Amino acid sequence: MRIFPVKGGVHLEYRKELTSEKPIVALPMPKILLVPVQQHMGAPAITMVQPGETVAKGQVLARGQGLVSAPVHAPTSGKVVDIERITAPHPSGLPQITIILEPDGADRWVELPAPINDPFAATPAEIRERVAVSGIVGLGGASFPSAVKLGLGSRGKLDILLVNGAECEPYLTCDDRVMREHSEEVVDGARIMAHALGTANIIIAIEGNKPVAQAAMQRAASQFTNVAVVTVPVQYPMGAERHLTLAVTGRETPARKLTADVGVVVHNVATARAVHHAVRFGRPLLSRVVTVSGGAIAEAKNIDVPLGTKVADLLEFCGGLKRPPHRIISGGPMMGQPLPSLEVPVVKGTSGILALLSEETNEAPSQPCIRCGSCVNVCPCGLVPVEMASFVRNEKLDDAARIGLMDCVSCGGCSYICPSHIPLVHYFNYAKGRLNALDRDRRKRELVKTMVEARGVRLEKQAQARRDAAAAAAAKNDANRANP
Amino acid sequence: MSILIDKSAPFAHAPNSVQQTMLTVILALVPATLFDAWLFGWPAIIMFVNTIGFCLLLEAGCLALADRPMQPTLTDGSAVLTGWLLAMSLPPWAPWWISLIGAVFSICLAKHVFGGLGQNPFNPAMVGRIALLVSFPLQMTGFLAPHKLFAEGSPGLGEGLGIIFGGHGNFDSISAASALGYIKTELSRGIPVSQSMAHVPDLMDLAMGMHPGSFGETSALLILAGGLVLLARRIISWHIPVAVIGTLFVFGTVFNAVDPDRFTSGAFQVLSGATFLGAFFIATDYVTSPVSKPGQLVFGIGVGVLTWVIRSFAGYPEGMAFAVLLMNALTPLIDHHIRPRAFGRTRKGEPLPAKGEK
Repeated sequence: MRIFPVKGGVHLEYRKELTSEKPIVALPMPKILLVPVQQHMGAPAITMVQPGETVAKGQVLARGQGLVSAPVHAPTSGKVVDIERITAPHPSGLPQITIILEPDGADRWVELPAPINDPFAATPAEIRERVAVSGIVGLGGASFPSAVKLGLGSRGKLDILLVNGAECEPYLTCDDRVMREHSEEVVDGARIMAHALGTANIIIAIEGNKPVAQAAMQRAASQFTNVAVVTVPVQYPMGAERHLTLAVTGRETPARKLTADVGVVVHNVATARAVHHAVRFGRPLLSRVVTVSGGAIAEAKNIDVPLGTKVADLLEFCGGLKRPPHRIISGGPMMGQPLPSLEVPVVKGTSGILALLSEETNEAPSQPCIRCGSCVNVCPCGLVPVEMASFVRNEKLDDAARIGLMDCVSCGGCSYICPSHIPLVHYFNYAKGRLNALDRDRRKRELVKTMVEARGVRLEKQAQARRDAAAAAAAKNDANRANP
Repeated sequence: MSILIDKSAPFAHAPNSVQQTMLTVILALVPATLFDAWLFGWPAIIMFVNTIGFCLLLEAGCLALADRPMQPTLTDGSAVLTGWLLAMSLPPWAPWWISLIGAVFSICLAKHVFGGLGQNPFNPAMVGRIALLVSFPLQMTGFLAPHKLFAEGSPGLGEGLGIIFGGHGNFDSISAASALGYIKTELSRGIPVSQSMAHVPDLMDLAMGMHPGSFGETSALLILAGGLVLLARRIISWHIPVAVIGTLFVFGTVFNAVDPDRFTSGAFQVLSGATFLGAFFIATDYVTSPVSKPGQLVFGIGVGVLTWVIRSFAGYPEGMAFAVLLMNALTPLIDHHIRPRAFGRTRKGEPLPAKGEK
């Protein structure tokens, strides 16, 4: 199959060999689980349990609310010890509502929804409903509720389900291992999703550095004529939704549109596997495969981790830290989040926990920009990072937005390549946050203004009505006096 | 345990740095420099060392005045590179005060007045050269015939010091015209190019560097080799050098074909003067050239055209330095108007039309 060229990108030091040959092992159930009610994009789930309550494995702890949300389930049976605000696995370190669960060791299941035995006979709505109640979100890292994305089929004109097995972040091998060890589950999940979406074709895209996974997926897909496995070049950020779509289909998603607008929906391989579990067995999303790696980790592993496991427990399972790390990151090194503490939980979007040494992060104090243009060459979005950064530095956020700040996907290629070690993406993330906040303020002000104006009009109307009534009464009086 | 959360991703970095970039450029200049040191002897070596020395001293002085940290900037290699390029564009036996004034213009006026590394609109080494050229035309065009190191009749170390610091050099007796200068002079005397070409070094000598000229400009081949190293190490891309050299060659060839008595050939344009040094090392200066590839092509073509125009019509025999500075002035404009097409957008910056709507 033809692969289309994608502009820009960087070639990284991948270091996947640390874990690529490590089979997925299950984590022994930790003593305590911290289950946040928000592990997805959208509205936080609403807590359904009380402290002291005993819950079964798979029981709903919090239900989704609104259009974009996802429920949270108990990863194992046990007792809800408390519900409190504790540090989120986010660099802000802000507290968020978290259900603290003490496993009882019985791992007793709740009564699960019945398996859908023939998903291809079920309606798309039934599949979507099952995916929604199973709490499945995009497991590639974005954590967008999958059911919402499966609903894009109702807008029509979709023809390709693109299954993302690119895994272009360094270190991470969780998708690689899932594809090697559970290829049939992934293919089945993908076929179910394609049925829900109404897309005729399924393309599974894998970067060229994962030949074993590719062979496994090829075998699993061989009996289905509408499932193709393609190799995409090893070029970061190949796994970015729009760029993968361009590489595989040649379709360029217009700015501010979705890939669905060019007929393509992208789902991660691990998400496909979760859909398989939810539909075929009624099992909600309770655990995920996490790559624990980096030079500071004693024994790097791929681990099937119950959601809510503390990062500290995960590291302990890997023999702890053999050297003091320079950074501890959730996700990959290019787009991951630095963790504020080891007492934070693994959530649905945690693809990796990396403890990196300073020789791996290779950070250095930033120097003046020498305008070398490397950032312009590598930007996969066709932007001019050097210019955007200088606008942001001078707090000219509107100018930065004018030249494309909001098109930036924060892939990190520019910061990675900058010989002056300028943290370009840091500037951009700051500016995007500021612009979003300003936008919210502006909308709020506009709302207030329209409400104030409406009130003025309303009061004026009432005053006018009173004046009219008074005038009418006066006229009546006059008339009465004239004709006694 | 304290965990760093002071910045956002990425937490990985390519094994590169400003210092490494500068060092690679300097290493690429070494072969040509060694050749020229051999070609022009001790006085040239002394001139070269003291030009770089002045640049470093002035850089340190400017940093001290601006109250900025010395160590990171002095060791980034940029001042050494500026001094190196300035030395390469000076006459080999230029006296010490030429080097000093050049360094003042390059480092203090062209670089630090604008805010130091990365802030200068004009190429510092070329500002130094041009300021010297218009202020001291006699000394700046007093090129000399090769005086090879250790050869008979060439000045030794002591004599060299005398020439550079004592003003013992007699310019009239040692000076020779560069090929470009000779042709220009002859043309002004009414002697057509086709005749005067017989008296300049042939193309082979021009390529090898066995001819009078600025310290570092003579050996086109060694400069080219250094340029190819830069290309191979991806310090520079092909866009600017190819545009500069290609434009010069095309203009030279076309006009030479039209009027061989008036215009020199394309090959001569390419191999003489500072063409290769300018195309690979001067015009490609990151700070003062456009950041996008298409912008760099426009910039390179501009440098080529202006160089040819100045060489062919202006009062100065060599136009590379002027051309680079003129195009430096246009760099912000080029960067403003020529930008890459953003993903999912048209060249004008509008979102691409969705499927079905045109």
